[in-house]
Amino acid sequence: MSCTAGIDVGSTYTKATILDEAGEVLGKAMRPTGFKLEQAAQAAFDEALAATGQEREQVEYLATTGFGRHQVPFRDVQVTDLTAQAWGTKTFFPETRTVLDVGGQTMKAMRIDADGKVRSFRLNDKCAAGTGAFLEKTARYLGYRIEEIGPLVESSKEVVPISGVCAVFAESEVINHVSQGASPGDIMHGAMESLIEKSVRLMKRVQMEPEFTLVGGIMRFPTMVRVMREHLSEGVNVPAGELVQYTGAIGAAVLARRRLEKLQAA
Amino acid sequence: MPYAAGVDVGSTQTKAIVVDEAGGIVGRSLIDTGANVVRAAEQAFALAIGDAGLQDYEIGFVIGTGYGRYKVEFGDAQVTEIVCHARGAAAMFPDTQTVLDMGGQDTKAIRLKPGGDVIDFCMNDKCAAGTGRFLQSAAAALGLELEDLGPTALNGQRPVSISTTCTVFAESEVLSWLARGKRIEDILLGVHRSIGSRSFGLLRRVGIENEVTFSGGVTKNEAMVEVMAEMLDTTLNVSEESHFMGALGAALFALERLPHGEAGGRSELAAASESGPQVSAKHGGAS
Repeated sequence: MSCTAGIDVGSTYTKATILDEAGEVLGKAMRPTGFKLEQAAQAAFDEALAATGQEREQVEYLATTGFGRHQVPFRDVQVTDLTAQAWGTKTFFPETRTVLDVGGQTMKAMRIDADGKVRSFRLNDKCAAGTGAFLEKTARYLGYRIEEIGPLVESSKEVVPISGVCAVFAESEVINHVSQGASPGDIMHGAMESLIEKSVRLMKRVQMEPEFTLVGGIMRFPTMVRVMREHLSEGVNVPAGELVQYTGAIGAAVLARRRLEKLQAA
Repeated sequence: MPYAAGVDVGSTQTKAIVVDEAGGIVGRSLIDTGANVVRAAEQAFALAIGDAGLQDYEIGFVIGTGYGRYKVEFGDAQVTEIVCHARGAAAMFPDTQTVLDMGGQDTKAIRLKPGGDVIDFCMNDKCAAGTGRFLQSAAAALGLELEDLGPTALNGQRPVSISTTCTVFAESEVLSWLARGKRIEDILLGVHRSIGSRSFGLLRRVGIENEVTFSGGVTKNEAMVEVMAEMLDTTLNVSEESHFMGALGAALFALERLPHGEAGGRSELAAASESGPQVSAKHGGAS
């Protein structure tokens, strides 16, 4: 069987997917990126491949994306995060016009046209306040682990406002709230609200229009998605389950297929 | 003989200074602020008095400054840290026209007239980049003690270029340089330069006039002092007491407000004190 692969080397996690000719996801795997990017990419790829039951030779083309896309020597081609996300979201939700991607260390908003071309985009790349790192730091100041963020926020009854200007300064804010008796769930909820406000602001700057598709690791928190839906009111798509983290890798594999077809036609 | 004191409650450390009638430092203390700000202020004050060999009642006036100045509940008045740093710097180095104050969570550039009146200032108030906190993150990432950073960085030869602005991202950037086989010395020199260039940017926004006086806790870091001296085309004043500049300024303001020839405890004096343009009188209780 002819396959293509996409590896998304993100700031926090590396995701690999293997697609068949029809674009079906045959295998996927995720590894923490760490500091040895090539090894993380190789491990994620090997695991995804093992899940498909296919041989390495059957992966005819391999595209990388994400911040570490240049550090994967066994790639055939690399594509930018934006292009990969545009193609990835379009395979799930063809009517997508605005994509919001919130990852561990990045936040991106982009507007795409009916053909999946990126029309406009904005990044939050200088500051952790608008990224998953903000939630992670807040959780750490409260003494919780990342996996506990979801249940923590679900336990919240009211929102404690967190200013969200700086992930470092959030520490003093969190300490203040704790000493005044606020519950960790309510504080975490406040941190999430501040992240959502930042997201919506970034989306407005690309002149967002529906349908909206939300992707990236942070969208695995149900509260995040629920509140985003309240803010955006209509046409909000979110890929099911784990796939929310794989749209970049899937987009890269789709682009690998297109490239392969072009080469074969030539 | 009347004495006055200044307590500078910073985001990271609390400093207290006791001065005599002539403005000379007779007692000082430095402790971590921690979570209980009120207690930190009380403790620093008590330690400084002890250091001076004095008793509480011998201190005629106390001024609180720094971000926690309203938590100095026993204080008679509060003055902003900008004004206090300017005053302290002018007292220590009379030709000071520019102050760079690098603290645990903020960095300030201040322009002043000879004598200490503030003309303009500029600070990072929304972002921890370019503050002592950035050094703390780097130290944590590399598993070093804060006081080892400077000496280690001074051994750097080929500084790496730190591209991230955010303190949170810098931590991962430091680790990624390490993973790429760079020497700790070179990474740290890069970190210091990155902070230096952000501070330089702040200084430029207020205008750099000779002489520049460096204050705040980061002055204890030799590499930071060296990096700033290299960037600035001026005299850079640093002293052993640079860490106490804000507290000294506050103590000197307190000294001016010592009512001469009057008896009585501090509380009565506080009630009688007037609020000047830069001095806000205490309004009972913590705010």
